Amino acid sequence: MATHEFAAQESHAHPGPQGFVRKWVFSLDHKVIGLQYYFLALAAVFVGMFLSLLMRIHLIWPTLALPLLGDIKPETYLTLVTMHGTIMVFFVLTTAPQGGFGNYFLPIQIGAPDMAFPVLNMLSFWTTLLGFIVMIAAFFVAGGAPLHGWTGYAPLSAMQSTGPGEGLGADLWIISIAIFCIGALMGALNFITTTLDMRAKGMTMMRLPLTVWAWFVTAILGLLAFGVLLSAGILLLMDRNLGTSFFVPLVTINGQLTGHKGGSPLLWQHLFWFFGHPEVYIAILPAMGMCSQLLSVFSRKPIFGYKAMVYAILGIGFLGFMVWGHHMFMSGMSPYTAFAFSIMTMGIGVPSAIKTFNWLGTLMRGRIRFTSPMLFAIGFVSLFVSGGISGPFLAQPVLDIQLHDTYFVPAHFHLIMGVASIFGIFAATYYWFPKMFGRMMNESMARWHFWFSFIGTYAIFMPMHYLGMAGMPRRYSQLTEVTYLHGLIPLQKFITYAAFVTIAGQLIFLVNLFWSMFKGKQASDNPWEATTLEWTTATPPPHDNFGGHTPVVHNGPYEYSVPGAPRDYVMQSDPEIGPAH
Amino acid sequence: MGLVLLIIIWLITFASTYFFIAKTWWLPAGASAAAAGIDHHFTTTFILMGIVFVAAQVSLGALVWIYRDRGSSSSKVTYSHGNTKLEIVWTLLTTILFVGLNLMSSSIWASERFRPAEPDAVRVEVTAMQFAWYFRYPGPDGKFGATNPELEDASAGGEAALGLDTKDGASKDDVVTGTMVVPVNREIEVILRAHDVIHSFFIPTMRFKQDAVPGLAIRMHFTPIQTGDYEILCAELCGLGHYKMHGMLRVVSQEEFDKWLAAREAEKQ
Repeated sequence: MATHEFAAQESHAHPGPQGFVRKWVFSLDHKVIGLQYYFLALAAVFVGMFLSLLMRIHLIWPTLALPLLGDIKPETYLTLVTMHGTIMVFFVLTTAPQGGFGNYFLPIQIGAPDMAFPVLNMLSFWTTLLGFIVMIAAFFVAGGAPLHGWTGYAPLSAMQSTGPGEGLGADLWIISIAIFCIGALMGALNFITTTLDMRAKGMTMMRLPLTVWAWFVTAILGLLAFGVLLSAGILLLMDRNLGTSFFVPLVTINGQLTGHKGGSPLLWQHLFWFFGHPEVYIAILPAMGMCSQLLSVFSRKPIFGYKAMVYAILGIGFLGFMVWGHHMFMSGMSPYTAFAFSIMTMGIGVPSAIKTFNWLGTLMRGRIRFTSPMLFAIGFVSLFVSGGISGPFLAQPVLDIQLHDTYFVPAHFHLIMGVASIFGIFAATYYWFPKMFGRMMNESMARWHFWFSFIGTYAIFMPMHYLGMAGMPRRYSQLTEVTYLHGLIPLQKFITYAAFVTIAGQLIFLVNLFWSMFKGKQASDNPWEATTLEWTTATPPPHDNFGGHTPVVHNGPYEYSVPGAPRDYVMQSDPEIGPAH
Repeated sequence: MGLVLLIIIWLITFASTYFFIAKTWWLPAGASAAAAGIDHHFTTTFILMGIVFVAAQVSLGALVWIYRDRGSSSSKVTYSHGNTKLEIVWTLLTTILFVGLNLMSSSIWASERFRPAEPDAVRVEVTAMQFAWYFRYPGPDGKFGATNPELEDASAGGEAALGLDTKDGASKDDVVTGTMVVPVNREIEVILRAHDVIHSFFIPTMRFKQDAVPGLAIRMHFTPIQTGDYEILCAELCGLGHYKMHGMLRVVSQEEFDKWLAAREAEKQ
């Protein structure tokens, strides 16, 4: 086995590429591919954020003409809703934590010279980029981008005649997602194989950093979920263009028969959410892994309950596939199944609560260093709790009757899968930036960025709970048609003002990122005094990650403040600290 | 920095909680038989989850302040990998809390959704289409007449929009309206249909929401217990006019309802 592993790794020790194109464009190096994913997500997040800003402006000043777009029609607003959600979920929350940081750091953290399949890795990035270009193209075709929401419920999404944007724009939307799925499937295979086969000597599964566990389980979720979405997307394309009726029963649009009959609109929802719920965990698991890691590093203390954390990740991954029906309590699905889905959903709260408990346990009796990555990790825990606490409301069908499809739902998922994941990405950026670029990010800009983001996030999303309870439905382009909504408009105004301030704060991050790349303070190899393998190698790491030698692992990933040790941290590759530990 | 974090986290926690407890924005007043039970369970969930929320956030704020790095005066870090007993206790407690909450509410869900409407319920067929609601009453014969998609004329509204087949005997006395009128304190059975895309029939004051799905006739029931006019909204994204797919529910006394229905019948003759 040992020789086999050695041979497998040997074959990956390809020489470093020389030309610019092979080095930075069509690169096989997982580190460059990781950066490519990261910058793709960075471009996408600013597009997505800009769309949300336009939405917020239109909601409170409905008659205001906007630059580039002119008067916002109701369908334009829904286009913004759809594209904001789609771009954020696929090209940011799925792309940055897994494709970006996972690609860059998974091989280094397990002591491998590269991913198991470097060519496949390159292909998965370029496929994802193609998906993004096709998605953006939907804005510029006749009729514009689709208005059917990121969930694309059929029959609204299945026929041209249901509304503006449901022509070529909707086709491009589906094709883009299908392309994305193919890229994600290739990536998932690579991550799983790499984690199982490429670990350095001594890197047992129970010595893996929790980040690696999170990326590994996320890849398994991706492998099982994206295939289903890909199939569903193909069926939807066929319904739209080949006259099939998978998702469309006999319907009339504006009194006109459409020629479809016999399909099931609920089938789309089942397929979509069979992907869609695991997708929530695809977005949040890597952030959980990163924040677990950072809380341990900056509390100078071993993670509380490593094994429980691993089992919780596995439990969340497993249960994540059994709860998709909780999105469908009001869909016309059998009320008996709603009961079953509800129990499973409440069950998934248990491993999530265990993780929160262990995060607090890690902070306790530590010695906390308030670095910028740590601030975002602490912010993550706070947001995770706040977003998680509204879960048991929505998970109970009885309460979902009132809350489903109101602002309570975006309040819940933005806090927990949206901004909490984004906080994970920010934390990871501040933490690994020195390793990736050889320089430190500016701490005072980072702190300002944190305060804007943390307070701003709460100012935007906490009031949305109140709106939802008061009965304000989602995806309304104007709030003037329903009398009882008038009284809630001041709260909507507050949210828009908060969004302005929060988004302004994100510019600090952008400036800091690019400024620090060129002007930041030089970073040492291990500026945070951390223990995992990426901090044993040069900054930035050489092409084969460890400069010709393969590290050997003797210790667990979070050995801080070990009694009797010369420093307050023992690296994974340091001599074994003994069975007592 | 630890102290600033503590203050901000606590402030956010207490400010958020204040607006929930003060009920500055709360569920609209309920006007159906189910509302009291649902609202009671909402409050129970709110209190339990509120305690967890405040406890977790307050501990987070306190821990980061107490265990901040104070340089040489810091107390020693406790080298510990966790505590299995605590993990088990925590797991059991959250399981009991979450599953228990769920079981508490299951009887309300069962009475709302597992049981069919009473035989003497007032039946109303609700049809959704981009972007209007139509309500049909079966008339004295108690039967809904046939509809035919080929007869639909959306622009004409009313019966024609539903594609009502006037040749069918049962359809002669069907009444189609744009406002939903129902008697108070009677169970109302709604039969939900949609012509084109998915819509969702949402009456916040009745604590009632159900998608209307093309190809399905979904039967649900609710019992209004207060007379008055209540707004009906579409809660499922259905296209560009989603925001204005608005309707009215008028709950009146039984006598008024009978009179109203008789007048509509008379108009038809």
